[in-house]
Amino acid sequence: MSTNPKKVTLRPKDFLDIDALLSPEERMLRDAVRQFVTERVNPGIEKWFEAGEFPREMATEIGAIGLLGMHLEGYGCAGTNAVSYGLACLELEAGDSGFRSFVSVQGSLAMFPIWKYGSEEQKEQWLPGMAKGELIGCFGLTEPDAGSDPGAMRTHAKRDGDDWVLNGTKMWITNGGIADLAIVWAKSAEGVKGFIVPRGTPGFTTRDIHRKLSLRASVTSELIMEDCRLPADAVLPGVTGMKGPLSCLSEARYGIIWGAMGAARSCYETALEYSKTRKQFDTPIGGFQLTQQKLVNMMVEINKGILLSLHLGRMKDEGNAAPEHISFGKLNNVREAIKIAREARTILGANGITLEYPVIRHANNLESVLTYEGTSEIHTLILGKAITGLEAFS
Amino acid sequence: MNIVVCVKHIPDPNLPAEMDGKTLKREGVQGVMDPGDEFGVEAGLQIKERLATGDGESGEGEVTLVSMGPAAAMEAVRRGLSMGADKGVLVSDDVLKGSDALATAKVLSAAIQKNGAFDLVIAGVESTDGYTGTLPGTLAEFLGVPHVSTVKEIVSADGGTLKVNRQTADGYHVVEVGLPAVISVTAGVNEPRYASFKGIMAAKKKPVEQLSLSDLDLSGDDVAVKQEVTELSKAEEREGGEIIEDDGSAAAKIADFLKEAKVI
Repeated sequence: MSTNPKKVTLRPKDFLDIDALLSPEERMLRDAVRQFVTERVNPGIEKWFEAGEFPREMATEIGAIGLLGMHLEGYGCAGTNAVSYGLACLELEAGDSGFRSFVSVQGSLAMFPIWKYGSEEQKEQWLPGMAKGELIGCFGLTEPDAGSDPGAMRTHAKRDGDDWVLNGTKMWITNGGIADLAIVWAKSAEGVKGFIVPRGTPGFTTRDIHRKLSLRASVTSELIMEDCRLPADAVLPGVTGMKGPLSCLSEARYGIIWGAMGAARSCYETALEYSKTRKQFDTPIGGFQLTQQKLVNMMVEINKGILLSLHLGRMKDEGNAAPEHISFGKLNNVREAIKIAREARTILGANGITLEYPVIRHANNLESVLTYEGTSEIHTLILGKAITGLEAFS
Repeated sequence: MNIVVCVKHIPDPNLPAEMDGKTLKREGVQGVMDPGDEFGVEAGLQIKERLATGDGESGEGEVTLVSMGPAAAMEAVRRGLSMGADKGVLVSDDVLKGSDALATAKVLSAAIQKNGAFDLVIAGVESTDGYTGTLPGTLAEFLGVPHVSTVKEIVSADGGTLKVNRQTADGYHVVEVGLPAVISVTAGVNEPRYASFKGIMAAKKKPVEQLSLSDLDLSGDDVAVKQEVTELSKAEEREGGEIIEDDGSAAAKIADFLKEAKVI
C-alpha cells in the first residue's frame, strides 16, 4: 500500500530531512553549538589557522556552553546523550577540525578516563575545572615508534617505594603544550597503567610540533618524561591493560564520525553557493552537468554519512555499539569527507586553494583526521577480522 | 519582580520565505525563536539577576515567557527557557491561524493577565516576520499600563520604577516609568547569552502552560481578523551600489555618504 506523497519542501542543506529524526532537545543543543561556531569560531578561524595557533582563551567559553565532557554524568558535566555529543562534534568541525579536536581530546580522551577509571578524589579534583575549561587535559598514548601499534610503547612506569617513576616520550599529542594535566599511558610490571601527570611535575616537559600543514588551529606536542616522579595516587586505579586507552579512543572516534561530516558539509555548502554565482561561458557553473554531478555526489554522501552517524549514535545510546561499529563509521565518513573536500576544491577552481574559503583548510585538516584515532588501514583490518574471523594483525 | 517576556516562533529568517496563500507558511517549515526576542529574554533575565544580587530589593520573582502560535511554537518557548527563564505560557488554537497584530495583542494580554500579577512586560520592537511593530503598544493599551518603546539600555530597575534609555533618531531619551509597564527593546540592548547544555536540558523540566482560546474566555469573534492582506508582491531587487573611482577624493566622498546616512 502506498499513499500519495504530500507536497514537501526539498532542502539542499538537509535533503533527507534528517532534522526530523532528532528530538527537540537534540536540535536545540545542536543549534546552540552552531550559533557558537558561527559567531565565535568562524570569524577568527582563518587567522588562527594561518598563525598556527589555538586560542586558548576560548576554552572557558567552550566550557560555559557545556561542550567539555558533555556526554559524561556529574562533576559539572552536562550529561547529554551520545547523539547530542555527535551533533556538537559535527557543528564544531564544520567550523574547524582544530576546535572539534580540542573538544574531543578534552572530553573523550582526558576527562573520560578520569571519569571512568579514576578514584573519587581524582574525579572531584579534576573534572569540574576541566568541564569549565579552566583546566585543559591531553592524552599521551602514541609514541614516535608506536602509532598504530600502541602496545609496542616504550614509556614505562616503575615503582619506587609508594611513588611511580615514569620515563619515555609521547608524540603527536593534541593540546599537549597548553595542557594543565596529561593522561599518560605507560607499561608497568602489572601491565599498562594510566597516570595523571600535572604540568609542573619535575621531569615532565612538553615541546610543540611546528611546521604542520594540517590542523593548524590546534596545538600538537611531544610529551617528555625523564625520571618523572609521581605519587601513588597519580595512577588511575580502575584499569590495567590496553583496554584502558583503547576504550577512550573508541569514545573519541565516535565523535569523529560526526565531525568529519561537519567538515564535508562546510565544503559542500561552500561549493554549492559558489557554483550558483560563479559564471563561465555566461552560465553559472552549477548549471553544467559535470558540476552538478559533483554536487549531487557530495550531497548524497553527506546525507548517507549523517544517517550512519545518527544510527551509530542511537546504537551507542542503547549500549549496542561495538568498537567495530565505530570503526565502520570512522572508516566511511572520514574517507568520504576527504573526497568531498577535494571535489569541492575543484568547483572553486583557483579560489579553492586560498584561505578565503574554508575548503582547502578542511581538506588539509582531514588528512590528520584520516590518520589519527586509528588510520583508515587499521579500521579496515578491524572490520576485516570482524567479518572473516581471521586476524591480519595482532 | 515578576517579568513577562513575549516570544514568537517564526520561520527561520535565514531561509527563503514560503507563502501559504497570502500568509506566511508557518507549519512544516524550519522555525526559530524570533532573533529579536533573544534580546527581550536576556533583558528579563538580567533584571531578575541584578535584583537578586543587588542590595535592598529581594530577588524573588520569575521570568515568564508568553507566546501565541501553533504547537511548533513550543520550540521558541523552550529556547527561552533554556536561556534561563522560569516558566512559559503558550496559547495555541486553530482559530488563531492568520491572526493580525490586534488579535495577537488581545490574546497575549489575556494570557498575561491569567498568568498573575506582573511588574514588567518585555517585547521586541518588531517581529522579524510581520514587522508591524504595533504589538507592544497595543498590548500596553489592553493591559492598561504605560508603554516605553525602542529601549536601547536598561539603566536601573528598583522598587516600582524602571529607568531606561530610549533610542531616537538623533540620540536617546532618558525615561523613568512607574511599574507595571510594557517596554519594547531593540537589538543591541544587550548581548544575549548562549543557551548552555545544562540550561537546555533543564528547560525540558520547566513548566509550560498550554492554553486554548476558551481558557482565556475569548471567542473566535474576539479575535476575528480585522485587517486583510490584499496583495503580495516581491521586493524590488537591490540595485548595485555606487562605485567611487578613487581620484584622490574617494575618502571624502565616502565620509560624506556616511554622514548623510547618519552613521558618523
